[in-house]
Order: sequence, then C-alpha cells, then structure tokens
Amino acid sequence: MNNHLANLFSDYQSNDFYCELFGNSQRGLRPDTQAIIERLSTLDPERLRQRAQDAERELYNLGITFTVYTQRDVIDRILPFDVLPRVIDTADWKRIESGVIQRVSAINHFLQDIYHEGRILKDAIVPNELILENPNFRPEMRDLQVPHGTYVHVSGIDIVRGEDGKFRVLEDNVRTPSGVSYVVENRHLMQRAFPDLMEGTGIEPVSNYGQKLHEALIEVAPAQVLDPRVVLLSPGSYNSAYFEHIFLAREMGVPLVEGRDLIVEDSRVFMKTIKGLIPVDVIYRRLNDDFLDPQVFNSTSLLGCAGLMDAYAKGNVTLANAVGTGVADDKAVYAYMPRIIRYYLDEEPILDNVETHICREAEGLQYTLNHLEELVVKPVGEAGGYGITVGPKASQEELESCRASLLENPANYISQPMINLSVCPTLAEDGIMPRHVDLRPFAVTGKETWVLPGGLTRVALRPGSIIVNSSQGGGSKDTWVLRSSRG
Amino acid sequence: MTALLSRHAACIYWMGRYIERAENLARILDVNETYSRDSRGGQNWRSIVELYNDKNQFDELYEDYDDKNVLSFYVLDSRNPSSLVSAVQTARENARTLRPLISTEMWVHMNVFSNWIRGTREEDLKEGRLSRLCMQVRQECQAHTGITEGTFYRDESWYFYQLGRMIERADQTTRLLDVKYHMLLPSLHDVGSALDVSQWNALLRSAAGYHAFRRVYPTGFAVPNVVAFLLFNDSFPRSVHASIGQFESQLTDLRQKFQLMGGADALGELYDVRTVLSESSVDAIMTRGLHEFLDWTQQRIISVGDKLSADFFS
Repeated sequence: MNNHLANLFSDYQSNDFYCELFGNSQRGLRPDTQAIIERLSTLDPERLRQRAQDAERELYNLGITFTVYTQRDVIDRILPFDVLPRVIDTADWKRIESGVIQRVSAINHFLQDIYHEGRILKDAIVPNELILENPNFRPEMRDLQVPHGTYVHVSGIDIVRGEDGKFRVLEDNVRTPSGVSYVVENRHLMQRAFPDLMEGTGIEPVSNYGQKLHEALIEVAPAQVLDPRVVLLSPGSYNSAYFEHIFLAREMGVPLVEGRDLIVEDSRVFMKTIKGLIPVDVIYRRLNDDFLDPQVFNSTSLLGCAGLMDAYAKGNVTLANAVGTGVADDKAVYAYMPRIIRYYLDEEPILDNVETHICREAEGLQYTLNHLEELVVKPVGEAGGYGITVGPKASQEELESCRASLLENPANYISQPMINLSVCPTLAEDGIMPRHVDLRPFAVTGKETWVLPGGLTRVALRPGSIIVNSSQGGGSKDTWVLRSSRG
Repeated sequence: MTALLSRHAACIYWMGRYIERAENLARILDVNETYSRDSRGGQNWRSIVELYNDKNQFDELYEDYDDKNVLSFYVLDSRNPSSLVSAVQTARENARTLRPLISTEMWVHMNVFSNWIRGTREEDLKEGRLSRLCMQVRQECQAHTGITEGTFYRDESWYFYQLGRMIERADQTTRLLDVKYHMLLPSLHDVGSALDVSQWNALLRSAAGYHAFRRVYPTGFAVPNVVAFLLFNDSFPRSVHASIGQFESQLTDLRQKFQLMGGADALGELYDVRTVLSESSVDAIMTRGLHEFLDWTQQRIISVGDKLSADFFS
C-alpha cells in the first residue's frame, strides 16, 4: 500500500493543518478515505496535469464561466478547477447534513417570528434594535403568511474545519446564495475526465439538485393553484452568476425570465410570451430584495417588475427566497445563531459557530480591543469580504484605524479568531501541495429540508492563502460524499 | 406546456440572422478578393461598402477604400456592428441568453467559433490568407446550422431560428444583386467581355450558385438569366423567391402547430412579395429598373420583419 503512496503523494506534507484526505499531521488517520487515497495514488502526476488542462479547456468551451467586467472588455473566466477531489466520509457528512437542516429550520422559525409576534425580541434573546433597525429587515413582510412558513427555500451555509478537525459554521447565506451549478458541473467534469477513478467508489450523486429544487418550489406554490408554473428570475445576461441561472432554469425545465418579461395585472403576475400573457405562480428569484419591485423598493431598478410585491402580499405568487431573509444572515445576527437554535428548537447546535465576539456587547468589545492583533474583525452589514481587518496580517496603522472604528460604532462589528482552515492535496505548479479549503453545502426547503450531498468546496490556490473567493485566486474542487457502507 | 418568451423568440431569430449575415459577408469578401477586379484591374472594395449601405459609417472611421481598410472594417472592427467579429459576437451573446433553450453542442460550438474569430489579427487579412479565413467563417457558420439542425429541439424556437435565417438570406441576396448590377452599369459597353463574365461569375460564386446556374443555363452568362436565377429560381436555396417561400411556410407551420394568433400581418405582406416575384418576368423588371425592384423588395422584407416583431417580440 505504501508503494502506491510513494507515487502521487510522496512529497505531500499538510504540516499542522487538518488535511481533508489524510487527517491530522500523520497519515492514515482517516480510515474511510483509505480506498480513495489508494486509487488517487496510482495517478501519474503528468497525466493528471494533462487531464486537468483538458478539463479546464472543456469548462471554457462549455461556457461554464463567471463574467468579469473591465472598462473596455467583457471577460468570461472559468472558476479554476482542481482535479483532486475533496472527500467527506459518511460520519462527517451526517453531522454536516443534520447541522445544516437544524440551522435552516431555526432560521425559518426566526423569520416567521420576527415578521409576526416577535417573541424572540420580547424575550430579549436577540436585541430589538438589531432586527428592527437592520437595513435588511423588511417591514413589508409583517404579518404576511408564506406557504409552510418557509422563508428560506435555498440556502448555502459556509462551513470551515479548523486544526482540531471540527466543522464550524462561518457564515449563513440565505438571500440568493450561488455556486451550486459548479457542484454539479464539477462532478460532470470529473466523470468525463476520470471515469476510471470514480467507477465503483460509492459517491453520493449530485445531479438531482434541479429536480429537488423544482419539487420544493412546487410545494410552496400558492395553495389555490393546481398546476403551478415556476420561473427563474435573473437580473440578466450581464450578471456574473448568469451561467448558474441558465443552469438551474435548464435543470428544472422552467423559463429563465428577466424583469422585463414579467407584468402584473390585477395583482397577478404574468410573463410575456409569443402566445400572449401566461400566469406565473412561483418565482425563484436571483435578484436582491432591493431590485424586485420599483414601486416598493429601489425606484430606479429596471431589473424587477412593478406591482410584484402587491401580488406577493395578496398571496398570488410565491417568491423564493421570501423577501426580507437578509436579516437572518447578517453577521451580527449570525453571532446569535446558537441562541436562536436553542430558543426555537430546544436543541444544542449540531454545528458550532466560529467563536464570535459581539462588539455591541461590552464584554465582546473589550475582548476584541484587547486582542486586536489576533482577531479577524468584520463589519456586520457588508458581504463579500469587504471591510474586514485580519489582525495577524494587518499593519499597525490598519489596526489603529480598526480600533477607532470599533470605538466609534461598536455595534457594527463582530470579531473572530483567525481560523487555520483545513487543507486538501491540490495540483500546484511544483507538485501536489496542501491548499486551504472551505465548504458550502446547499439546502433546499419546501415543506422539509433536503441537503445536496457535499456542496461547493472552494480552494485558495495561492500558497498559504486562506481567501477562497474566486475574485482573489480561488478555485473549486469536486466534493465526494462517501456512501455509507452500511447502506 | 410553457410558451416561448417573447424576448427569447427575438433572440433566437436574431441569432439566426447574424449567423446568416456572417456567412454571406464571408462569401462576398472571399469572392471579391478572388474574382472582382474593376476595369483597371484593381479589386473593387468600395462596392462592398455600397452593398451594405455602410458608406457613412465607413467614412467616419477610415479614409481610403483600399483593401486593408475595407477588410479591417468588415472583418475585425468591433465598431462596425456588421463586421464578422461583431456579427459572431452578437450571435454568441444571443446564444448566451438562450442557453436554457439551445443544445449544449450548439453552445460549445458557438463559444469555440467566437473565441477563434476574436483571435483574428490584421495579418490574417493579407492576400492569400483572407481566403482561408473566409472559408473557415463559412464553414463555422455551416457547422452551426448543421449542429442546430441535428440537435435543436423542435419547439417554437426552432421556427423563429429558421425565420431569422431565411429573412436574412433573402435580404442578402437582393443586396448582392443590387450592388453588382449597379457596379456594372457604367461599363455596359463591356457586356459579354471577359471582365463582365468574371463579374457575373463572381456574383454567382458568392451565392454558391455557379454550378446550379450551369445546370439550368449550360452556356453563357446572360445578365437576365443570372438575375432571374437569383431572384426566382425555386430550387436554388439562396434565391430570393426560395428564401421567402421558406420563410412563409415556416411561419405558417409555426402558427398552425402552436396555435398562435400572431404573424398574420407578416404573412399578408409576404404574400404580396411572393405574388410579385412569381408573376414578374425578368425582362419587365430590368426594363423598369432592377435597382428599383430590389429596393422595393428590400423594403417589403424590412416590413415583414417589423410585423413579425410587433406580433411576437414585444
């Protein structure tokens, strides 16, 4: 067995980081991945590189790209793909899956509550002003009933694993999370590039995502509709995630519409077709709240459809996700998520948060100020990694500016320890190297929640980097959830 | 069943049109380099600018009507919406919007095609290489239509694709005839000369009609015969009559098969054009003025497009 290991992974060292394939520091700590390791070990590095290049060219030709706009050009870039899969064993997956289901359930309870009685606020589990003054709290949603109490139909919960091998939630994404198309396309790519590698390995399939999503969306259609018509609402072909919108519309077999294709008459939504106007019952929208309806939100938006909120409020159309879910994935609210889970479900969180200090609370602020150079300080309102100060990497000047901002408006910040993300063996220029990864599992909720086995593994391709975002040199990997051998 | 979005119908119609446009332009550029020489022996590149009514735009961007400028304008220049690069890019942008409807193979080919043509450089336009470039464009367009024929699901969108191609083809053939005929007028005394024969030869070749013409008219290049062939011949797929006839039958099928109310006005307009085409003799047309006739036909074709658009695309 060790002869095989001498091939592909002979020079591989994960140092002190947790390795998703080999476990902690010494090899062989993860018996469940042994068979996969043996199989991967037989690959010749040069042949691997050749197949990797073929795979990337295929991605480009297939147009599986995200779009980058510069002053003079529209550039379609592929999300770099690493051919060495990230493997999750059955036990780890069970934990992630049940943890995600628990979290989504708590979030839906929370949204139902804050848009109705507001018990959690009255009980002072979560500060009143944190919710009611939150820019993503939508008063329009007050007392509005959504089918099955499902506000969040599609969610992506970002999970990281630290040196201790424990999974923790880093961030909840419950507005319009993207990336699921890469999960499915990466798998297709692996199946074409490495049929020999995958055969008989017992990996959970991912290709039924579109079908599951479609079923869930039909479940949440307005009750009075017999044969619900679902559409996917996209901001259009200039959106950087347009490929994903196409992918999902096609997988579900539903029309991919833009705001200009829709019209509201008598509080009902229709789409304009060559046959005239056809009613629409469920809209999977990949458009932020702000742009949905110029009559209610951003009045200059051309991306949405005037009158949509009126039709929604009258229960004539279902929006997925519901309006106003952004209040639940706010970074400040995230800090309260363990308490939110206990409050509604009377259970301990299956997946912990990353240790988080809430700067609006005196204790949290003091701790943050005292340990600034060790902590990652994040503004609560921003998304996509903006405004973050990474203590261990910041200059003295940056730390001082951060300290000033903290003192000026503590409620706007949380802080977390720097996490040494786990690594995966990754094909780099100088061989197989450890690179940091995270995981975004996707959950779909109609009446109940289903989690796509695996999710999107993002990998920081630059040596030592922990930034997995595609805009900063991140790529992705196929994610293999091993099927339970016990059936 | 879900009906086709109006916006998607427009996109697929224009995708068909732009590919057809690119194919015709490549044919014309190729043939012009090979066969079209004016009485001084120089290649006449100005005629192509006239053919497409692009004089104003060309004059804004370039000075001389030399081969380098005209070819840059029609092959590479993204400021010209009808250049090969622009036409293929536009077709590709439409295809991008249509991704949920078109086949993966159509999309992959469109990407390969557009990535390739974006890599075209000035030196690819030099004598000797242009012909290869044009041939590849033509073949990529044909590959596109072939892949589409073989893989595209036959719902409403298929019909809109065909409508776009056929209307563009009819339009392109009238333009081709118009400019060549126009160009020859000052040199009518050359009729039957070697130069004249080569001009008409080029005209037929750019429409891929040389051999078919020979089967109908085994000898000679009588101008009325060439005109009649390109206008009326029902068996030659690029003739105006055949293209319009195809358009008409596709539109009729589309309406019947999918029970659509729209399209009646466009059919009415088409009926007029086709009646005139069926009932006119080439001699009568040439006596009254071929240019005027072609102009009238182009106006009707534009009007058919407008009516289609009003009924289906808005």
